[in-house]
Amino acid sequence: MAGGQERILRRRISSIEATKKITRAMELIAASRIVKAQSRVQAAKPYSEKVTDVIANLAGGGAGVDHPLLTPADEVTRVAYVAIAADRGLCGGYNNNVLRAVERAIAADQSLDRQYALVLSGKKAASYFSFRGYEVHAAYEGFSDQPNYSDAKAIAESVADLFESGEVQQVRLAYTRFLSMGSQEVTIDQFMPLEASEIGADGDGDTGGGGYEFEPEPAEILSRLLPRYAEARLYAALLEGSASEHAARQRAMKAATDNAEDLKTNLTRIMNRARQDAITTEIMEIVSGAEAMNDDGDDGGLDEAITQSLEGSLAALVSDRNDA
Amino acid sequence: MQVELVSPEAVLFSGECSQVVTRTVDGDIAFLDNHAPFIGALDIGQTQLWATDGVISLAINGGFVEVSGNAVTILSDGAMAAQEVDPSEAESDLAIAEEALASDADDQDAANAKKWAETRLRVAATV
Repeated sequence: MAGGQERILRRRISSIEATKKITRAMELIAASRIVKAQSRVQAAKPYSEKVTDVIANLAGGGAGVDHPLLTPADEVTRVAYVAIAADRGLCGGYNNNVLRAVERAIAADQSLDRQYALVLSGKKAASYFSFRGYEVHAAYEGFSDQPNYSDAKAIAESVADLFESGEVQQVRLAYTRFLSMGSQEVTIDQFMPLEASEIGADGDGDTGGGGYEFEPEPAEILSRLLPRYAEARLYAALLEGSASEHAARQRAMKAATDNAEDLKTNLTRIMNRARQDAITTEIMEIVSGAEAMNDDGDDGGLDEAITQSLEGSLAALVSDRNDA
Repeated sequence: MQVELVSPEAVLFSGECSQVVTRTVDGDIAFLDNHAPFIGALDIGQTQLWATDGVISLAINGGFVEVSGNAVTILSDGAMAAQEVDPSEAESDLAIAEEALASDADDQDAANAKKWAETRLRVAATV
């Protein structure tokens, strides 16, 4: 019977409505977190700028640039990748874009006979690579939507160990740069060895008039400072990643909410047609029933009675439909 | 002089100070107005800022200080104001560190943890 179909449609619509409420809530949450994540990106800037200043001044003061973190290897045989993705899905292509870029870079390295080492941040990164049979050196998770400096520190330390022990000769950092609300971009930067020119340690930096006193020796300060610089840079990447994650999630959830709305409109239309069909069928049944009875006799009084009962049935049918 | 205390996550203090006392790895050092340009690595220790509205006492878990052009910048990834210190937490950290040191006197991490706990207790006592 047609009423059954109508009931099924009604159930589907209410389930779509429930889903829409969830995606809408996730969209709003993500939107509010983008702002917070962006302000954290801004708040982290003074520290890394100051660290860069101090390094430039140290280099100007003759610190020399022979720190292991600054020394490129003669030959690169193994490259470490730090991939920054999210702990959760439901954020469109955010995770896959970064992870695929890393996978491609590894493939390119392998064609040059270079091995890889993976240091991953985010649950999705770990499951992506372990599912595809990659060997994962270290995986960190549980902080992708709100990373702390201590998280960056832990990752930077494990990477610096790899690099300074000579196990890898290069470290590259893959993350999603947050350009604006509407645009984020996957980037793979060289992370180690640190480039002397980038941090102003090539002696061309602003030496602030020089004449600095140092305590202890400049070289020793530099050796303490460079790991902090690496941490600050990784921290900045984690923060950019989290801002991008929230932006991607907001977009994905907005699209899902819009789709649910469309689906609901279509299904409501189909349901109304089904309801209309059901009513028409029932009227036809009643009318043909009445006709059949009318054909039996030729008593005018009976005709009257049939018309009344027909009107009664129709009224009941309409009020029944309105209640539903 | 202008003083800024910057952590990786935020600028914790920015303002005018008459004097700054901190501890580099070579020992305590004080900065007054117009100090000569200076760069130093900070040890775990107490730092005091003579701000316009009183002395601010901080526990610093290592970092750097740069002085140039009558401005002092302190960079630290572990700075705690006296009011933020939880003395009972510091006490228990101290006990753990001392235990570790008793079994291995050369444990550098434990030695640092002990120093950091002691610094926090000393700073908390100034409130």
